[in-house]
Formats: sequence, structure tokens, C-alpha cells
Amino acid sequence: MNLSSWGKVLLLAAVLSITSIGSTHLYLTMTSRPKLVVATTTSLFDTGLLDEVEIQFEAKHNIDICFLSVGSGIAIARAQRGDADMILVHSPSTELEFLEGGYGVNRKIIAYNFFEIIGPASDPVEISGLPPIEALKKIASAGRNSQAEWVSRGDNSGTHSKEKTLWAAAGLNWTQIRDETNWFIETGSGMGNTLNTANQLEAYTLTDKGTFLAYTNAISDLLPNLAELIIQGPQLLNVYTTISTNPSPHPQANFEGATTFTEYLLSEEGQQLIGEFGKDKYGQNLFNPAANIIRTGEDTFIAQMIKGYAFFGDSECPPQYRFGHPELYD
Amino acid sequence: MKRNELLIIIFIVLFFSISLALIFSVEELREGFKRALWLIASGDPEIIGITTLSIYISGTATVLSLLWCIPIGVTLGLRDFAGRRFITAVFNALIGIPTVALGLVLYLFFSSSGPLGSFDLLLNPIGVSLGQAILITPILISLVANAVEAVDPSLKDLAETLGASEAEASLAILKESTSGVVLAIVAGFNRAIAELGVVQMIGQNLRWRTRVLTTAIAMERTSANFALSIALAIILLIIVLSISLTVNLLQRRLK
Repeated sequence: MNLSSWGKVLLLAAVLSITSIGSTHLYLTMTSRPKLVVATTTSLFDTGLLDEVEIQFEAKHNIDICFLSVGSGIAIARAQRGDADMILVHSPSTELEFLEGGYGVNRKIIAYNFFEIIGPASDPVEISGLPPIEALKKIASAGRNSQAEWVSRGDNSGTHSKEKTLWAAAGLNWTQIRDETNWFIETGSGMGNTLNTANQLEAYTLTDKGTFLAYTNAISDLLPNLAELIIQGPQLLNVYTTISTNPSPHPQANFEGATTFTEYLLSEEGQQLIGEFGKDKYGQNLFNPAANIIRTGEDTFIAQMIKGYAFFGDSECPPQYRFGHPELYD
Repeated sequence: MKRNELLIIIFIVLFFSISLALIFSVEELREGFKRALWLIASGDPEIIGITTLSIYISGTATVLSLLWCIPIGVTLGLRDFAGRRFITAVFNALIGIPTVALGLVLYLFFSSSGPLGSFDLLLNPIGVSLGQAILITPILISLVANAVEAVDPSLKDLAETLGASEAEASLAILKESTSGVVLAIVAGFNRAIAELGVVQMIGQNLRWRTRVLTTAIAMERTSANFALSIALAIILLIIVLSISLTVNLLQRRLK
């Protein structure tokens, strides 16, 4: 047998590839627990909350959670293609489309907090403390006179769809103002990038509370030019939900794993984890647990706000979008 | 000659000191550098894990791509057939393929709803290796073909006239083109380990599974953690530079 020398090189390459790929495959199948792919909004991931949740959850359950931190819009697109077993998002209007399309089932509200409008610490437009809609009107008119700039996510994320809703409430059409490039700047990327851009330009922007705190509490304040200007108001409500991928178009999805994780997030332990997260690091919590508010059907101001904003009809998940597991809605 | 060398050395020293001065004028970079060196020196398990996985995935990709790049490259370099020039031109042009474009196409193929969905390659280190192997295919084929082509064409004939068998003649050519082939392998590996598009779209930066140097650098930047980012960037630079340097030295020795 006289192998040519090139053949020997090839044989060596083949042996190496087969051993390498084979051992990886073996390793993955032998050691790995059932995998649960969760596509999530960047705000939950970048703050570090989900790392915490993963450690606690995996200590109890034989499930390997893989988080894809991609933003609500892309998270939903991923689940539609069957590439995620469940989503963790904050964009009610897109969530409804997702349910209506038959891609997702068993929506549950897990937490809430508030978006914030932030801007240059000197606040040249004087919006501090105003109702959010008034503030946006002022920013837009100042912007058109080249006295202020606004930075927008422009990436179809939950924060971005909130921004569009707010502009609409202020009587401005987002598709129209995004072309007014002298004051309206679109980054097309995640919250962190957008905050950096706003800081550089000393511009106004909409942010979720968690990411902003994580950036200003880093080793050195990464956003020295920016300050929180409007931190509450019913229109700034931000509600986080979970939706499982519908197993009927996507039978390969890990539906039972998704249900287990949803139940964990709604459990007393999960809710406490969410509510306590950030207190040691930032001196305040970043997210408020919402499961009890929904379960008890209490009639407080915050409960009414959540229902008005994130319910579809009179339920967080109308019966036609439920699948098995009635205990989720007891 | 002497003066020229002196000038070059002065230029290099100036260049590096100015770059270093610029780097250290940025506070985050300065702080990051300190913490980075400490993290590397203390052998942080996270950093070691990410680095090993990076080398493993891109190394597998390189070996894998050799399986088809050597036969194709050698054929293109040795034989003359209709369309050879055209095929070579296509591979040359594909060297610059944007990694994100390839990543997107592969994502759609590997996705559960895509044609290769049942192989479960998404979020899988094997899938990333496969993607990187495809990414570096054009560069490997072009460089291998060039290396083989550059060998004096009369060598094979000469060897055969001198009574060498076909296999022995082939061996002679392989020896002559070794340095070119090694260069191809290094270039391929370096491109694979330094790319972000494919590994981001297919691997999605899953911890201990597909989190490699480039995706970790990108992630730590968005989550405002510069020190780890810089530490990983330093490691990536060291890997790429040291491999290139070693190969360069080895080649000089061989010659």
C-alpha cells in the first residue's frame, strides 16, 4: 500500500477532525442535561439577573438553560422559527401578534418596573419631572430647532416599541421623525451601545432602569454626562412576561422544560430572587415581582396599571392561547 | 544598510511608545489593563475556559477544512483544465466574504426550520467549527494552490525522469511547497479564531459551550465590564501574534 504523501496529510487531518468532533459530540450527549433555550430581552440579561436565576434554577432541576440575549423583537423571531423553547420579553403588542400567529402559548407576567427618560445632566430642554409625553413633545420641538438630540434604539426591541408608543402618544409619527436626522439619531443596537451614544452626544434617550444602573454603577461611571430626568409615570410602565413556544408547530421544542422554568419564575423563590436582585450592588431593586399581583387579582393602582397595559382583554393570556397546564392560571 | 536598520528600529520604538502612551491616556483602558494582567496572571478559570474553547473550535475548523482544501488546492495548483482560472478567481474573490453574511446564511440553514435543522447544529460547538471551516475554505484553497503552483513545474517531470514513482514525485512537490501550505494553515486558523460573525450567529455566546474570545469580548463590552474584555483581547492578540511569529521563525530555519 503506497499512500501518496498528500494522502498522509489528508489522513492525519481526517483522523484529527473525527476525534475532535466525535469527542465534542460524545461530551455534549453524555454530560448535557436536557437543554432549554430561552431567548430573552437584553435588559434582563445585561443586568446579571438571569445569571443568578440560572444558578439557582439549575441547582434544583436537571435542565441546562441557554440564554440568548437578543432583544424582544429578535427573541420572538427566533421562537417563531423554532430556535428557542421560550421567550422572556417586554413588548405587549408584539407578544399579542406572536400569540395570534399560533407560535406561542401560556403567557405569564413575571415582573415589572419603569422605563426612564434620561438626558444631559444640564437638561437644556428642562424636562425634569414633567409627564413623559409632555417631555417628548418638548424634546421634539427643541430638536427641530437644533437645541437637543434624541437617541433611539431602532432595533425593534421592547424598549424600542415602547418608544414608538410614546412618540405616538405625543402626536408624533415615528416613521416620520426618524428621517429628521438633524436631531433624531438611530443606533440600531442594544441598550448599552445606545446609552454610550447618548452619553457621547449628550442627548436624550429612553432606557430601562436596570441597564442604566449597571452602567452608572460600573467601576467608573460610564455615563458621566447623563442623568435620570423622568423616572415614573403610568406611560413608562415596563412589564416582563414569559411565553412558551407552541409545541404544535414545533414539536421538537422543550415545552415541558419551558413550563418548569415558567413555574420556577412564578414560584415564591423565583419571585423573591427577582425582587431582591440588585439591592446589594445598586442599593435598590431593579425589578418588582408581579406574580402575586396577578394571582390575587388585587385592585391596587399598580395592578390596574399592569392590567391596562399588559392584559389582552381581561386576562394575561386569553384561554385560546393556553395549552395544557391549567395550574398556571389557577 | 546599517543606517537603514537603525532608522527602522527607531521608527518601531517610536511607534510602540506612542501607541502605548495613547492607550494609557484612556482611564478605562489603564484600569482595564491592570485588572486584565491580574486576571491572566491568576489563571482565572473563566478566562482559561474561554481561551481553550476558542482554540479548540477554531483548531477543529482548520483541520476539518484541510480535508477538502488540500485536494482542491493541489488540483488547482497542479493540473491544467478548462475553467481552472475561473475557479481560482472565484476562490480568491471569496477570501473577503463578510463573516456576518456567511453567519446569517448558515444560521438559516442550521435553524430548526432550515434544511439542516434536524442535525441540531445551532448553539453547538460542532456547528461553529463547521461554519468557520467553510469561512476559511477560500483562503486555504487559494494559498495552497499558490504554494503548489509556485513549485517549479519541471520538478515533477525531473523527479519522474530520475525514476521516481508518481507518489515520490508528489512528495517532492509537497516538500517544496511545505512553507506555503503551513502559511495557509496559519492564515486560516488566525482568521477563524479572530472572526465574530459566524460564531455569534451560530454559537450565540453560550457560556462553557460556544463562548469564545471574540464573542466574550463583544459581550463584556455591552455589559460594561471592560477589564475582562481587555484581558480577553490581549489573549487573542497574543495567540494570533505568537503563532504567526513562530511560523515565521520556523520558515526561516527551514530555508
